[in-house]
Amino acid sequence: MKSFSYERAGTATEAVSAAARTPGAKFIAGGTNLLDLMKNEIETPMHLIDVNGLALDKIEATTEGGLRIGALVRNTDLAADPRVRRDYGVLSRALLAGASGQLRNAATTGGNLMQRTRCPYFYDTNQPCNKRVAGSGCGAIGGFSRGHAVIGVSDACIATHPSDMAVAMRALDATVETMRPNGSTRAIPIAEFHRLPGDTPQIETVLAAGELITAVTLPKPVGGTQIYRKVRDRASYAFALVSVAVIVQRDGSGRVALGGVAHKPWRVEAAEGQMPRGAEAVAAQLLMGARTTPENAFKVPLAERTLAAVLAEAKGDA
Amino acid sequence: MNDSGDVNLTRRDLLIAGATSVVAVTLPSTMAATGPPAAGVPAVSNVTLQVNGDTRQLRLDTRTTLLDALREHLHLTGSKKGCDHGQCGACTVIVDGRRALSCLTLAVMQEGRAITTIEGLGTPENLHPMQASFVKHDGYQCGYCTPGQICSAVAVLGEIEAGIPSLVSADLTARPQATPEEIRERMSGNICRCGAYSNIVDAITDVPWRSA
Repeated sequence: MKSFSYERAGTATEAVSAAARTPGAKFIAGGTNLLDLMKNEIETPMHLIDVNGLALDKIEATTEGGLRIGALVRNTDLAADPRVRRDYGVLSRALLAGASGQLRNAATTGGNLMQRTRCPYFYDTNQPCNKRVAGSGCGAIGGFSRGHAVIGVSDACIATHPSDMAVAMRALDATVETMRPNGSTRAIPIAEFHRLPGDTPQIETVLAAGELITAVTLPKPVGGTQIYRKVRDRASYAFALVSVAVIVQRDGSGRVALGGVAHKPWRVEAAEGQMPRGAEAVAAQLLMGARTTPENAFKVPLAERTLAAVLAEAKGDA
Repeated sequence: MNDSGDVNLTRRDLLIAGATSVVAVTLPSTMAATGPPAAGVPAVSNVTLQVNGDTRQLRLDTRTTLLDALREHLHLTGSKKGCDHGQCGACTVIVDGRRALSCLTLAVMQEGRAITTIEGLGTPENLHPMQASFVKHDGYQCGYCTPGQICSAVAVLGEIEAGIPSLVSADLTARPQATPEEIRERMSGNICRCGAYSNIVDAITDVPWRSA
């Protein structure tokens, strides 16, 4: 690990000003992904700004009838919140499908959105990776690519976004609230928060340098049957091959978002018009233009079949 | 073992002596607490940790993980380094009542928190009920993952008691119970290469988990 200096921020304003005046600074909250990457010298911050002391650990009702989730709310607490369990079940389920109990106790809402891909070529500093060293090439394209993205990929990168939480938040139309280095704030729809790789896969979100996530808001509950199903190589404590988040209403309409298939949580609102016609019709539109490798081509039918399974489950529940 | 007093060192004593000498070399005491690192000179910081009820003052390289602070600086070697990347759970300790991976947090980030390691749960003469149950059910073979398993298991029962759901909780809004299925899911972050899992589940489910 490269050496770094360290400070604790007391407020969001303090944190963003510290980031603005310190070159090579990074925020640290749970640290479960950042420290791992620092040990491998994939992340090499010169300065860490510990934001755990910011009072951003509350889940509050919004005037619109939704919830504002502080950026420091731990994954365990978000999954266990009675309002989330009752009104946003897909989010609880997605969180509980991720990582392990120890990691969920540390991982934060903001940090979960900011976590980086687990592509093995990104982690192996002996391999080319456009995300780690811009312009160095991609080891995964033509390499071992069973876990990689099948849609929204580019010639520079086929990495997936590893979050389960973000997939549920995409289905729930969440909004990410931030503070910029000059202290101004903005609200970013989750659909626009993560980027596709294009020719700059090292730029993963729309956040500016030194911009801090302060909260994620959920609109008022939409009801319906909410399911998150994660398909992986073992039953627990593994990243998704494919995951499906659905919210299905009694009339058969609803929403679908996929994890494990793209550089961001994957949702195509237009495809949801096909929901009354079943999984095959939805998946055909949702994954139109998929670009697979021989090793990950299975993800396309797997996504369709997983969607069929959860839609059948939802029908049984309704 | 050699019975001559001056060379009667255990392997653990040697490890401790080695760790101490490394500290002396790498931590110049003149460094500012949190100043930016000069080229080639590691940044250091004064850190106060509350471990097993004791307050401990340390001067640490900012890079020191909680796990390395516990093992190499406080010589609490019960917490184990398995993978050092948050994948195996051998380093699990309890921080402010919750289980945490001590390899994936910095010691300097843990100031003011109450840290409990396996050494703070029980002693050989006065075992914690979870330790006693692991002994009773033979919940280990080589024992390397056991301190992490036990710290994790103690916290798991607390999580169930607090009503925190898991992936296998059928009804998200119901109170979870300490069933073998729940224990297996909740303990999935603690890997045992010897494969003592079935005895570990038996040990955990045999411990009374509800105070009322």
